[in-house]
Amino acid sequence: MATPPSVIGTQNKKGQTYTDPWKLLHEAPRTPSFFTGSEVIKEAVRRSSCDVMIAYPITPQSEAAALIGELFAEGYIGDYFRGESEFAVMSQCAGAAFGGARVFTTTAGPGTMRAMENFPMWAGARLPIQMIVTCRGINSPLSIQPDTLEIAYLLNTGMLVWHAETAQDFFDWILKGYMVSEEPDVHLPLALCCDGFFVTHTKDVVNLTPADMCLPPYDPYRSPVPCMDMECPPVRMMRDPFVMKSNYISYATHASWQQEIWAAIERSRKHSIHWLNGLIDTENVDADILIVASGTAVSQGREAIRLLEEEGVRCGLVKVKTLRPWPEEEIREATKNAKHIFVPEFNVTGWLAKEIRATIPNPHRVHAGPHVCGGMTMPPEIIVSEIKTALGMKSFSLAGRGS
Amino acid sequence: MSKERIQISEDLYDIMPSDYQDLVKSATYGKEDRGWKDIGTSKELIEQHSLCAGCPESMAFRYILASLPNPEDTVMVGSTGCTSLVFPMVAVHNIHSLFGNQNAIASGLKRALSVRFPGRVKDVVVLAGDGATVDIGLDMTLQAWFRQEKFTTICFDNELYANTGGQESGLMQKGFVAKMAPVGKLFDKVRLPEIARESGCHYVVNCTVSKPSLVEKVIRNAVHVAREIGPTYLQLYTPCILEIGKNSMEGLQEMRDSEKPTERFAYKEYISEPAKQLLAELAAKDKERKAAAKQLASQASA
Repeated sequence: MATPPSVIGTQNKKGQTYTDPWKLLHEAPRTPSFFTGSEVIKEAVRRSSCDVMIAYPITPQSEAAALIGELFAEGYIGDYFRGESEFAVMSQCAGAAFGGARVFTTTAGPGTMRAMENFPMWAGARLPIQMIVTCRGINSPLSIQPDTLEIAYLLNTGMLVWHAETAQDFFDWILKGYMVSEEPDVHLPLALCCDGFFVTHTKDVVNLTPADMCLPPYDPYRSPVPCMDMECPPVRMMRDPFVMKSNYISYATHASWQQEIWAAIERSRKHSIHWLNGLIDTENVDADILIVASGTAVSQGREAIRLLEEEGVRCGLVKVKTLRPWPEEEIREATKNAKHIFVPEFNVTGWLAKEIRATIPNPHRVHAGPHVCGGMTMPPEIIVSEIKTALGMKSFSLAGRGS
Repeated sequence: MSKERIQISEDLYDIMPSDYQDLVKSATYGKEDRGWKDIGTSKELIEQHSLCAGCPESMAFRYILASLPNPEDTVMVGSTGCTSLVFPMVAVHNIHSLFGNQNAIASGLKRALSVRFPGRVKDVVVLAGDGATVDIGLDMTLQAWFRQEKFTTICFDNELYANTGGQESGLMQKGFVAKMAPVGKLFDKVRLPEIARESGCHYVVNCTVSKPSLVEKVIRNAVHVAREIGPTYLQLYTPCILEIGKNSMEGLQEMRDSEKPTERFAYKEYISEPAKQLLAELAAKDKERKAAAKQLASQASA
């Protein structure tokens, strides 16, 4: 088959120039813009040559999902509609991706949980859908407030899972996310998570790439599995469907398929390192005390470190960017000198601390906390307090924590 | 269209499975008047399947695949159930993902194909059992119709959950004793054909698959109307002979008994006004084409 001519340098119907993705993200001029996280999502999608976006209202992602509708009305997206529930939306996304489209969607909290059956299916079907997860509480009584518990449920679906700290991360990672998840040796869906409200509903200065430059379109024929569009031979998939068979061949087929999904996550590692400049960011990891965090807990940790410095306590920071692939080697290396590792999290179970404990030698070094949940904020002072208490230093009492 | 997309490289011809070679040689992709009469003289788009001997569903599959007007540009969507044992044997791209989400998959698929192939025909046909269509997937079945998604929904109605062993379903008859209906089903068979009409389907048929010519007609109509106008729905009785205590050779008679005028599968159809107009135009074109062919043939013989 002849290689199709490159589209780089040509224009789409909106007059945007298809730009080499590396140049777009690393060399193109950036304009500082004061936007909410939701508006930043819209601006990233504007530049992502997205074919289909499917929306459903649930706080706190509704604004972003509606803003992308405006992009559709302006002609930047091939098709857009509101589905009937998150379960249906994620299946509609799957249908569009099976049909060879670059697909984008957003969800949150209970929506993520309702749609859950779809996610291992997406991964198993090798559909490189990008789903923004603006995390919120999933508990009863009903809560719409920030809480990252839902990420724990995504970790074993076979999807790539990234956790953005800021709106700037979000802007860059939406575009970079397609580059990683559409690689033929990866070709997996990406759950790009952020902490709802803290990122979606606050304004921040974000450096945007030019609006007249966009990613090249998705090429479904680079997929490791056939695109369901009848443009390639409709081969019979198997001689004897092993779906419900109880025999060795059936078990072996399913087992090897699952192993292949997790191998594809491993293969995404090199692409993620390339695009994200590493799976983690580190600051002063030679310090005895480290904060390891993901999402906005990183920002709070950074502020806590500043407060501790004022009191003469030196503390380093590890920002975990990708949860799948899990930066096992990187975290082991970054924490090798640490005597105390604190993992502040916006959820009640402390899933990140559990992952880290399972990764490093001498896991008793990990202090799982502080934890806030159900929409509580995480003032840097409670991180400082947690650290000082653990170190046997005097710490002032925080209101509401008892004394 | 023709078969250019399925041609085999000469160097690899001898190592391709014989059923694929047969597809290239004698399948009816691209044949304008393909239909059930091609069965027996051409390669069918369904290979050996693993349904029970005498299962009416297998007859339905064969007639439907012989009748699709445009299989070379048709993608089918299935769901979990006995049909998912057959789809791997079908020489048309098809998607199985989850149980009950078939009309959601088809909605996304049809839109993606419309975005990617503007101006080209790409038909989408859903084929699922009654549990998938009416129970677990009813929400998505109806919502796709409300949205006027342009694809065909076919329900193989065997009035129970066959693949899991004969449990009660919404399309089961009232009073039928089954697993999970230990004292008999307590409510009426769900009236999905009527609901389909009210939900915006432009072509709705309720019938059995006892007559291949009838299946051919309704499939062609349903696909053409879905392509041009909006959603269409076919509810086809494919009895589960195993679960209703019949023998392999009794499926056909069961369907004939159930399609008598007073029975639940007596032929019923609803066609919207725009669909009527479209079908009349297609019938006129067909007539014209046949007359022209006849004239050509008589000129050739004169």
